[in-house]
Amino acid sequence: MNTSTFFNGLVREDRVHRSLYTDPAIFEREMTHVFGAVWVYLAHESQVPRNDDYILGRLGLRPLIIARDMEGQLRALYNRCTHRGARVCRNERGNARTFQCAYHGWSYYNTGKLRGVPWPEGYACNFQDPDFNLAQVPRVESYRGFIFGTLNTDAPPLADYLGGIRKPIDEWLDRHPGAKVEVREANRLKYKGNWKLAYDNAADGYHVVFSHRSLLEMERRTSHGEAVGMSFYMGKPDNAPMYVQSFGRGHHFKDKRPNVASRPGALWEMEAPHPGMEYFEGEIRRKLGDRAGRALDLAAAEPVNINVFPNLSILGNHIQVFQPVAVDETDATWYATTVIDEAAELGGAVDDVNALRLRTQEAFPNFGEVDDAVNFEEIQRGLAACEDEWVYMHRGLDVPGRVVTLPDGSLKAPATDEIFMREHMKEWARLMTAAPAITVRRQP
Amino acid sequence: MSYIDQAFYDALVQRFSSWPDEPAADASLREQCTALLLREARLLDQGRFEDWLAMYSERCVYWVPGTPGGDPRREVATAFDDRRRLEDRIYRLRTGHAWSQAPASRTVRMVSNVEVFRERDNVEAVMLRSNFLMSDFRSGETRFWSGWCGHQLRRTAAGWEIEVRQVNLIDCDQNLRNPSLIL
Repeated sequence: MNTSTFFNGLVREDRVHRSLYTDPAIFEREMTHVFGAVWVYLAHESQVPRNDDYILGRLGLRPLIIARDMEGQLRALYNRCTHRGARVCRNERGNARTFQCAYHGWSYYNTGKLRGVPWPEGYACNFQDPDFNLAQVPRVESYRGFIFGTLNTDAPPLADYLGGIRKPIDEWLDRHPGAKVEVREANRLKYKGNWKLAYDNAADGYHVVFSHRSLLEMERRTSHGEAVGMSFYMGKPDNAPMYVQSFGRGHHFKDKRPNVASRPGALWEMEAPHPGMEYFEGEIRRKLGDRAGRALDLAAAEPVNINVFPNLSILGNHIQVFQPVAVDETDATWYATTVIDEAAELGGAVDDVNALRLRTQEAFPNFGEVDDAVNFEEIQRGLAACEDEWVYMHRGLDVPGRVVTLPDGSLKAPATDEIFMREHMKEWARLMTAAPAITVRRQP
Repeated sequence: MSYIDQAFYDALVQRFSSWPDEPAADASLREQCTALLLREARLLDQGRFEDWLAMYSERCVYWVPGTPGGDPRREVATAFDDRRRLEDRIYRLRTGHAWSQAPASRTVRMVSNVEVFRERDNVEAVMLRSNFLMSDFRSGETRFWSGWCGHQLRRTAAGWEIEVRQVNLIDCDQNLRNPSLIL
C-alpha cells in the first residue's frame, strides 16, 4: 500500500472519507501513528500530587499507570506485567511505591524497575536485564500541570509541539489564583462512535443552535430575558466577535471571550441559575465587597474551547478527554476543576467559589453534551451506508475573505467555519503517512 | 431561588453517610413507603415527570453521586439538582428538542429490597433504602441501569413527600452511555 496516496485520497480539501470513522484497520494504525507518534495528554498533575501517587490511564488502548515516582518524577508505566502480560495494578488510584502482580507475584518499583520475582533460583536468566522492567512511555513531560507522553523519540519538545496553542492554555491557567487548578472527579460519558467525531465537534460553532436547542430553551426559562449561556449563538453567529483559530499540528481554539464584556463579574452574569447560586454568591459578595466580580467569574465557565490534537479539549472550566475504545466507541470524560488559593488572594472565599464552580460544571454534561453524544452515535449509524462515501467539511472553503492568515501563520475564521477540522484532518493524514520512531523505554 | 446553602449540604451529606443498620419493624410504614416508591417508579416509566415532581417537597434534591458515596461539596456529581434544576431538567425533556431523549427511552423500573429506617422518636421523617434495576430501551438497544436508592421522606398532612432521592449506580464512576433520562 502506498500509504501517502491512500491517506491523501481519503482526506481531500473539502471532505474526508467515511472509512476514517468506520474502518478497524485505520483505527488500529491510529493507535501507533497518532496515539503514540505525537504528544498525547495523559493526566493532570493534581491527580498525582504527592510522591508515590498513581492513577490508571490510557494511551490509545494501552493500559497505563501514571505515577509520580518515589523521587517525584512523573512516569507513564505500562500496566502490563513483563512476565505473562497481566495488569499489575487494578486499583484506579492510590499511593504505592511498588506494584505486585497478582498472578505470579512479580513486583516492580514505581520507577518501572523490576523489584523481584519469587524463587529466582528457578531461572537461568539475568533479572538485571532491563527487558524485565515494566515498559514505560519514553518521554513524559508536563506543561504547567498538563501531563503528556509520546512514544516517538523524534517528536519535538512538548512546548514546541503545542506551539501557538500554548497562549490560550496560559491564559486559561493564568486567570486562576496561582495559575493552578485541581481536578475534582468528572462527568463521564460514553458514546458508540469514533473518537474523531468528538474532536471534529470541539471547535464547531455551526451546530450550537441546532444540537443544543433544548439547552438554550432551558436556560431561557430562568434567565428572564437576560443573555446567558450560549445565547450569543442565536441570530447570526458569524457576525459575532467570537472566532475560531487553527494553529497547525491539529490544534485549534474557539474564542468566545470577545462576546463577553471584560469587566469583572460580566462572565458570572452569563451563568444560568444552578443549585446554591444565591447563597454562595451572597457569601462571596459579603467577604469581598466590590472585589467579588473576579471571584464570581472563576465560578463561571471560561468561554473558550482549547483543543490539543488528538484528544484534549479544555473548555469552560473542564479538561475534556476523548479516549478511543474501539473504532466505534469512545469515552468522553469531562474532568471538573476547582480553584486552589494558596496565597489567599480570594479573601477566604475560595470554598464558596468552588461550591458554585462544581455545580456550574455539571450543567453542560447533563444538559448539552448528551445531545452531542447522541448525534455522534447517529453519525456512526448513518456511515454504515457504504456507497455514500464522503463526509463534508467545506463550510467557509473558497468563500472570499472568510479565512484570514495571521502574522504568526495561524488561520482565523468566523465562529461557524470548518477550517479547523480541515486543518486537523490534513495533520491526521500526514501522521498516518509518516514513519514515526516508536519505542518504549525499559531503563528507569 | 435555591435553598441550597452550606448548612443544607452539610446536613445532607451527614444524613446520607450514617445509615442505621436496623430497619423499622412497622409493617404498615414499610407498606406505605413501598407504595410511594412503586408510584414514583411508575410515574417515571410512564413519562409523567410533572406528576413525579409533585411527589417532591419544595426544598428537594435529586442526587446521582459521581463516585461511590461522592460528596457534592468536594466533587462534581453525575447529577445534583435542587428543585429549580429538576424543573429545568423536565422542561428540557419537554421541549421536544432534547435529542438524547428524542425519541424517549422506554423504561421499566424494578424496585425491591425496601428497608425503612427512622430516627429515634422522629415520626416526621424516614430514610429508605431500596434496590433498583431499570431496563432502558432506546434507539434499537436495551440497556440496564442498576443500583440502590436512598430516599429521605417527610410526613405532611397529605401523606409522605420526597425530600431527597439519591441514586447510587453500581457503575457511577464509569463512562455512562446516555445518562440523560431521569434515573
